[in-house]
Amino acid sequence: MKISIASGKGGTGKTTLASNLAVYLSEYRNVVLADLDVEEPNSGLFIAGNKIYEETFNTMIPEWQRNTCTLCNRCREVCNFNAITRIADEILVFPQLCHSCYACSELCPVGALPMKAKRTGLIRHFSRKSLDFIEGILDIGEEQAVPLIEGAIHYIDEHFSADILRIYDAPPGTSCPMIEAVKDADYIILVTEPTPVGLYDLELAVDTVRELRKDFGVVLNRDGIGNGDVEVYCRKEHIPLIARIPQQRRIAERYAEGKLLYQNFPEVRNALEDIIRTLGIASATANTEKGRQ
Amino acid sequence: MKEIVVISGKGGTGKTSVTASFAVLGNTNLVVADCDVDAADMHVFLDPDYRDQHDFYSGELARIDPETCIRCGKCAEVCRFDAIDIIKESYHVKELDCEGCGYCARVCPVNAISNIENHVGYWYLSRIRTGAGMIHARMNVGAENSGKLVARVKQEAAKLAEATNKNYVLVDGSPGIGCPVISSLSGASYAVLVTEPTLSGLHDLERVYSVVERFRIPAGCIINKADLNIRNRDKILEFLKEKNIGLLAELPYDLRITEAMVRGKSMVEEPAIESGKLLEKSWKKIIEILNEKGKEIK
Repeated sequence: MKISIASGKGGTGKTTLASNLAVYLSEYRNVVLADLDVEEPNSGLFIAGNKIYEETFNTMIPEWQRNTCTLCNRCREVCNFNAITRIADEILVFPQLCHSCYACSELCPVGALPMKAKRTGLIRHFSRKSLDFIEGILDIGEEQAVPLIEGAIHYIDEHFSADILRIYDAPPGTSCPMIEAVKDADYIILVTEPTPVGLYDLELAVDTVRELRKDFGVVLNRDGIGNGDVEVYCRKEHIPLIARIPQQRRIAERYAEGKLLYQNFPEVRNALEDIIRTLGIASATANTEKGRQ
Repeated sequence: MKEIVVISGKGGTGKTSVTASFAVLGNTNLVVADCDVDAADMHVFLDPDYRDQHDFYSGELARIDPETCIRCGKCAEVCRFDAIDIIKESYHVKELDCEGCGYCARVCPVNAISNIENHVGYWYLSRIRTGAGMIHARMNVGAENSGKLVARVKQEAAKLAEATNKNYVLVDGSPGIGCPVISSLSGASYAVLVTEPTLSGLHDLERVYSVVERFRIPAGCIINKADLNIRNRDKILEFLKEKNIGLLAELPYDLRITEAMVRGKSMVEEPAIESGKLLEKSWKKIIEILNEKGKEIK
């Protein structure tokens, strides 16, 4: 089963929930936790473990071969991203604009643009007892998070059997990186807070996961601040509100230290239990509905 | 015209609350640009009137004409994004996966594939409740190219500032360090970094500042919830000192800021909230720094 933890708004508690849920579940079963918020990966701050593997992540970028090129301009014509330009007798490739579609490389009549690997990030694998933690870290200055997210998921699929529970900590927002981190999930948990901005961003996230036809539920973090509009919205839209984590300064303080919460706060442990209970039900219904597995 | 960009790396540090406060303090002397296009929330504080709506197109999507298609499979063969779906012998483009590279259309032997313009969202020109202009946007579900939409929002804000003789464009940036953030920072005169004294806050501040550093943009920092963890707060101060980043304000942990937001107000409009006064000073300081810099350049 794959569970993605996402939110429209940043800072609602995705990482807190993902790391606590993963460690809690790993007390009695095998779990893989993946930090797919590759621009600002933070799950690792809460997870102690031994690093067992690290690899650089590369994307494929064309590299111009001066000696082979006939300056026919075909590469520039076929690049839809303006990643190739010509200045006098030089062809220049802008790696940040390249989407690695291979069109220029494969349509070049003389093979003057072979694809070469260029580092854009890191994938790391940590292990502690029954918890495996995988994180993708985008290099500073790199713009495209999606290939690295895909790469981290691919790493997990290659190294773990399909029946191991996976928890994905998704990036905030509703655009391509978020989609990449939730599109294969069996269930999506949307974390929000009971404020006007929390509600607005939740609505965007709900539109997105509905478009993807995903089974999902909402976790209300910092419950007690703000107002009741998120709850009214969930009721009206028939969205299950699967757990609440109360607003408490003590919880915020412990989070600030980079510590897990569930051992110290029964409220958090209860929320995790509520989620686990729902996931059991959700997975059953999701599988029969979609006829999977 | 000077551009002030507020970013945070980590989400939820109070970036938008701070930006909205600056927008109120700047009154009609600025144009606001909400560049957190994934989760554009400035409207909660600033009550824009959405007077002009504009379509935003970016990139292309492949479309296969089933009448012409001979089902040869060439398109699926060359697609690196696995965006061509073959269902019951008929070929479809998965719009969420298509990057719009156009490779498939170029290799299709019967020209069954065309590229259509990709509508990714809307941008708006509004007047907000202070009387200032604001450019903001809304992306379609699952749309790509948010970096390009950010660039557009900024461009339109700069245009509006020029046309209406405003001195400043105030930009609410997006979380992260990737394409929307890089797009927000390009051409900025000053970056305001909003952080919090949590391990995540510190970690993300360091990462996002590396991006700011590459652009050589002068920066100042606001530590929100500064009293939540003194040790981490001290680490942030050390980092600021090491990087020569000015400390603009330390705001205490205060739930009344959230309560004000529920009423659609920024903290500077609530006399009881001490943080509002601290932000007033920060805003003055930023304007001073920008004007001094202007003199130096002249």
